[in-house]
Amino acid sequence: MANIITDETIDYVGILAKLELSREEKEAAKKDMGRMLDYIDKLNELDTAQAEPMSHIFSMNNVFREDVVTNGDDRDRILQNAPEQKEGAFKVPRTVE
Amino acid sequence: MSILNMTALELGRKIKSGDITAPEAARAVLEQIKTQEPVIHAYVTVDQEGALERAAGVQEKIRRGELTGPLAGVPVAVKDNLCTKGLLTTCSSNILYNFVPAYTAQAVLNLEDAGAVVVGKTNMDEFAMGSTTETSAFGVTRNPRNPDHVPGGSSGGSCAAVAAEECFCALGSDTGGSIRQPGSYCGVTGIKPTYGTVSRYGLIAYGSSLDQVGPIAKDVSDCAALLEAIASYDRKDSTSIPRKDLDFTGALVDDVRGMKIGIPRDYLGEGLDDEVRAAVLKAAQVLKDRGAVVEEFDLSLAEYAIPAYYVIASAEASSNLSRFDGVKYGLRAEEYEGLHQMYKKSRSQGFGPEVKRRIMLGSFVLSSGYYDAYYLKALRTKALIKKAFDKAFADYDVILGPVAPTTAPKLGESLQDPLKMYLGDIYTVSVNLAGIPAMTVPCGQDSKGLPIGLQLMGDCFQEKKIIRAAYTFEQTGEGR
Amino acid sequence: MSRQYETVIGLEVHVELATKTKIFCGCSTEFGGAPNTHTCPVCTGMPGSLPVLNRQVVEYALAVGLAANCQINQYCKFDRKNYFYPDNPQNYQISQLYLPICHDGWVEIDTAAGRKKVGIHEIHMEEDAGKLIHDEWEDCSLVDYNRSGVPLIEIVSEPDMRNAEEVIAYLEKLRLMIQYLGASDCKLQEGSMRADVNLSVREAGTAQMGTRTEMKNLNSFKAIARAIEGERKRQIELLEDGKKVVQETRRWDDNKENSYAMRSKEDAQDYRYFPDPDLTPVVISDEWIQEIRDRQPEMYTEKVARYQEEFQIPEYDARLLASSKHMADVFEETTALCKKPKEVSNWLMVEAMRLLKDRGQDPEDMAFSPGNLAKLIRLVESAAINRTVAKTVFEEIFVNDIDPETYVEEKGLRMVSDQGALKKVIQEILAANPQSVADYRGGKEKAMGFLVGQTMRAMKGKADPAAVNKLMRELLG
Repeated sequence: MANIITDETIDYVGILAKLELSREEKEAAKKDMGRMLDYIDKLNELDTAQAEPMSHIFSMNNVFREDVVTNGDDRDRILQNAPEQKEGAFKVPRTVE
Repeated sequence: MSILNMTALELGRKIKSGDITAPEAARAVLEQIKTQEPVIHAYVTVDQEGALERAAGVQEKIRRGELTGPLAGVPVAVKDNLCTKGLLTTCSSNILYNFVPAYTAQAVLNLEDAGAVVVGKTNMDEFAMGSTTETSAFGVTRNPRNPDHVPGGSSGGSCAAVAAEECFCALGSDTGGSIRQPGSYCGVTGIKPTYGTVSRYGLIAYGSSLDQVGPIAKDVSDCAALLEAIASYDRKDSTSIPRKDLDFTGALVDDVRGMKIGIPRDYLGEGLDDEVRAAVLKAAQVLKDRGAVVEEFDLSLAEYAIPAYYVIASAEASSNLSRFDGVKYGLRAEEYEGLHQMYKKSRSQGFGPEVKRRIMLGSFVLSSGYYDAYYLKALRTKALIKKAFDKAFADYDVILGPVAPTTAPKLGESLQDPLKMYLGDIYTVSVNLAGIPAMTVPCGQDSKGLPIGLQLMGDCFQEKKIIRAAYTFEQTGEGR
Repeated sequence: MSRQYETVIGLEVHVELATKTKIFCGCSTEFGGAPNTHTCPVCTGMPGSLPVLNRQVVEYALAVGLAANCQINQYCKFDRKNYFYPDNPQNYQISQLYLPICHDGWVEIDTAAGRKKVGIHEIHMEEDAGKLIHDEWEDCSLVDYNRSGVPLIEIVSEPDMRNAEEVIAYLEKLRLMIQYLGASDCKLQEGSMRADVNLSVREAGTAQMGTRTEMKNLNSFKAIARAIEGERKRQIELLEDGKKVVQETRRWDDNKENSYAMRSKEDAQDYRYFPDPDLTPVVISDEWIQEIRDRQPEMYTEKVARYQEEFQIPEYDARLLASSKHMADVFEETTALCKKPKEVSNWLMVEAMRLLKDRGQDPEDMAFSPGNLAKLIRLVESAAINRTVAKTVFEEIFVNDIDPETYVEEKGLRMVSDQGALKKVIQEILAANPQSVADYRGGKEKAMGFLVGQTMRAMKGKADPAAVNKLMRELLG
């Protein structure tokens, strides 16, 4: 396997992705990611120097809305799925240390 | 002929003529669901009460002459990644186990405007990540053609529901083959439209630049009618495209004389099951006999589509799925200390292994130092793949090939080796990268009696060409 | 301190744009409102929701970019900045990294040391975050998404500033420019303008940059000045002690006049930017740029010149009036109503400025209607009230925006113009003060002042002193 994924890398990606992996999951993730990256490295066979990165298929642009208020107060429905709420706000663990 | 055997359009005609009422059709489907679900498990949620209520409402509108379309009163199923107001929408994930949207996806609204009656939400691979519907957090769906086999995925629930007559037609979504591959495995017909044809507003995103909502139905005519109903220009979706010609049923013409059909040699090579190859080549011969000009050609780059696809889809998914964090909706872990642990525990408990795998991969390829090597490289590859299709469509009206290398595998066989499962997407993902339309239509079965799908691809906005080719093929009766 | 140090400062300024709606949805941007009452599926990150760009945001960003002499990226895109925080409902912020709308501009600042250009590295569009309110009772935080999705531009300067004075001059210049464009009200206290300070120090004469820190939470010009001084000292002390400055983000506590590193092992500061697939590129044609240019309002320098020319107002006054867009607007609107530019200018420069100073307010806080000031000026002009009364009426207008005509009537402040009544009062005063009458007749002009004063007092100020004077002289022969 050409791509060796270290514990540090898995931990780092876990911080980025906000995922907590068990010992076994980490081992599996190291293996899976390494294999996947080996496979993805196949792209290096391809000369892409002349190709512009294509994020959109169609050259659509300037899709705008006008600056007009269309939404009213929809708080009850916005909050209806909140795991915890208080006084019309989403409740979360304290954010300032 | 029982109600359930009818196609959606046949049923629509009977409802229009007054021979059958919409509530009768809904009751028939709900009855079928009751008998089939213990084995098939195509649905995550069946909305019995709501369906009967809506059917009654539709019937009243039909009576008053307010609903006259071909799908008025027809019971339909909707994949569980399309938001439905007031109706549980889970993406088959624990993280959304209790999520009830405040609004309905535009595609579903369009379907309801056409008078279709939503009976429930169908099972899928969690967040549409998978090819078997086995990654669902709420249990696997079985293939109605052989319950020991998977229905394919990720729209496995929708395809199984259509195949098991648990609805007349259904909506699915296709990011890398998620309509076509399960359609092929279940022996039903499905279309992945040109990117931007059906609004993505209310479709819970997996890979935003690749996702498209599309129809799944019993035959080509139903598919065309369903696509016609859901396609619309939507100002709420910036990637929606205003199209002039949405008369897809106008393409239901039994004639392919002079149509130029190309078969990519790369799609017939190593890895393709012999029986699938034979069925696809036979279908090509049938179309040739009906007057099409059929030849093989080199599409090239086929083997680069999968790595490019997995980089792009995983990267977008890692970002799209970051909103599931236990703050605004869905699962929040019960015990945690502080904010970051709440995030981590909620997400780790809420997502299944395949979703985690793709989020990890996607986060990695976008992370500092790897963006150019992986993400930009994949976007450049995408540009080359698009160019290869442009070249091919300069020569051909339609590209023909298999949907999947094999027929439906047995339950439990695929998840052992994720990479191997990804390789099964080889014939479908380039369509999503290039944004082009493609469909699956049944073209026979293997020696085990499992269905084989024929894939027809068209250039952007050329759905009518593939519908015409599929319809002509279907009319010969050779696909059965 | 043996060595000489130079401070190098660059600024990241966030400005909330004055659009009616948010950048990607049709929710109101209005301030206030109960938590989450200005929200929808888009600005709360509901699954399946999609953003659509507000055209006005692009137009404001272009207007600011052009006024700041920027180059325009005629093909620009939005990128996602990925990080987890509850005020950010999608856990990514839609911003611009790879192709920001404007780049490579400059603004000119005036300081005691003279004129200087500060380079603008880039201006990009992005969405604001929601608000986190700390709940002391339950020791938790509450999330309000009313501000989530309010459009921002971030103006990133080059590291061209060397001290707090230049920084303040730069910010004042930006603020005035943006207020003139109508793109934002730029209130630091309310957070519609926010500045993050990037600061490093290096030994004088060296070309290489030192390690910089980023300072956040600066809510006033005074706090910015104090934070710059504090951070400069902190860094120099570190270097003098042979230690290194760590590149980090620090939070300024203006009460303690101290800063703290905002560090967390859970924040990797790796934002994984990539183009947002839900939004299409923005293509800005030459015609569009020209349209914005043509629509640019009169700016400060032009206004100062016009005031002198059109209203014959001295340069100093013109500068003062124009140094606040709101003040200038009040001046012009009032003048249009009463056609007395010098009077209007006097009221604003003397009385209004005095009241602002007493109350510790900015010109932007003036809330009275020009119509009421115009009416007041007309009352004085028509001799309906005298200047002393007018000052108290102005204060009422300034504070409570009262209608001066009604107010004067209600309070009985109108001058007595009835000559008969006035004559009667004067005769009474003359009769009551024979000694003063004799003094005046004996040539003591001073006695006249006393008699007029007595009459004014008897009239409770509601007489025109000139008229009293004239009538009294007639009666005294």
